[in-house]
Amino acid sequence: MMGVARYWREIPVRYNLIGKKCGVCGKVYFPPRNICPTCRRKSIGKMEDYKLSGKGIVETYTIIHTPPPEFDGKAPYAVAIIKMEEGCHLTAQIVDCPLDEIHVGMKVEACLRRIQEDGKRGAIYYGYKFKKAED
Amino acid sequence: MAAIVGYGAYVPKYRIKAEEIARMWGKEPSSITSGLNVFEKSVPSIDEDTATISVEAARRAVKSSKIDAKEIGAIYVGSESHPYAVKPTATIVAEAIEATPDMTAADYEFACKAGTAGMQNCIALVETGMIKYGMAIGADVAQAAPGDALEYAAAAGGAAFIIGKEGIARINATVSFTTDTPDFWRREGQPYPGHGERFTGEPAYFRHVMGAAKMLMEKMGTSPSDYDYAVFHQPNGKFPLRVAKKLGFEKKQVEDGLLCPIIGNTYSGSTMLGLAAVLDVAKPGQRILAVSYGSGAGSDAFDITVEDAIEGYPRQGIRKMLEEKVYVDYATYMKFRREFK
Repeated sequence: MMGVARYWREIPVRYNLIGKKCGVCGKVYFPPRNICPTCRRKSIGKMEDYKLSGKGIVETYTIIHTPPPEFDGKAPYAVAIIKMEEGCHLTAQIVDCPLDEIHVGMKVEACLRRIQEDGKRGAIYYGYKFKKAED
Repeated sequence: MAAIVGYGAYVPKYRIKAEEIARMWGKEPSSITSGLNVFEKSVPSIDEDTATISVEAARRAVKSSKIDAKEIGAIYVGSESHPYAVKPTATIVAEAIEATPDMTAADYEFACKAGTAGMQNCIALVETGMIKYGMAIGADVAQAAPGDALEYAAAAGGAAFIIGKEGIARINATVSFTTDTPDFWRREGQPYPGHGERFTGEPAYFRHVMGAAKMLMEKMGTSPSDYDYAVFHQPNGKFPLRVAKKLGFEKKQVEDGLLCPIIGNTYSGSTMLGLAAVLDVAKPGQRILAVSYGSGAGSDAFDITVEDAIEGYPRQGIRKMLEEKVYVDYATYMKFRREFK
């Protein structure tokens, strides 16, 4: 269970891939960081919101057969580490692609999907997943 | 009047064939396909719902229109399958296209015509100068009781239209024809709709669609031959063809916008997806009649003229998108629809 407060706080990140860009060295971070680990104190106050393009490639992936309870009934599904165009990495599900067609180096793009829900009465949490790039 | 600035469409890539549903319930497939003129229908993935479909359509509309989403002053999402009973889908869309917070938003429900009702509201707000752009979305993951006749058509998909002062197509006029007609309904807390069987034809669909179309043509002084294209709501593949014939339209005027035989009835998305498919192929100067239908019941009719600006518009190619499909069997379809509790 995620809780509505945390979900609400992370909406820009989860819906629109808003990360941070260091105003000193230009490196992009996702999820957002308050301080650049390279520039450290020099980056304080210079970390700017940065929207990722949503495009990337599959760097590695795994197929989940025994999911945590929140994802019950949805297995098997693929979870990949994706290298984004901006150089940062993130972990996300790959959807709308037969599991045997997913491969390292596959071009993917972000879409918004249901991630999980707090039971039948609770909130529904939406967020990014990735599918095969259209172009 | 106001204009269509841009549009975006989205239909999930999964399909189930009518013959697979017929096999499940021991029906003769050919009697279904020839009776309804529906061969297959779209199926939402397990993690798709009206909100995610609306977001996908909305993002495509914003991208193609090349407008700043911050200038959208109103978002209305019409659907009969909003993921929440209370908590607007429109706010999720607004956040996902970064149009918040200087804007208004609401969800609409009028069976299959809630999306076009949203279009009319956007037109009014643009006309009065209250907003620069408005976005109206019609989207559904339509429910149908397993084994019900509706199951062969109830599909998933949606379209988003951005309305503004200038755009790719001028909306010359819009009228509505509304009565209290209990042809189809879903009671609070019920998972599936009920309907009046044959009653859904003459006194419901045909009366309202023809009523609105005739009112509009009378207002504009037009006849069917003045239109290059006509789009009618598509509860199945037969009704829109029959209503076209009754009104005096030819089959070729209806064909480009007729998607139901290959994707089913996307409910609130139906007329708007049909209109989007027409805009995909229309040329400047061509004229379109679009008439939605929502049970309960009412029809919204639109008289539209395509503008020169459509030449530079990055058109979606909805029919091309529909070619990307994966067939699922009945059990997978039920799993994707989260029917196993």
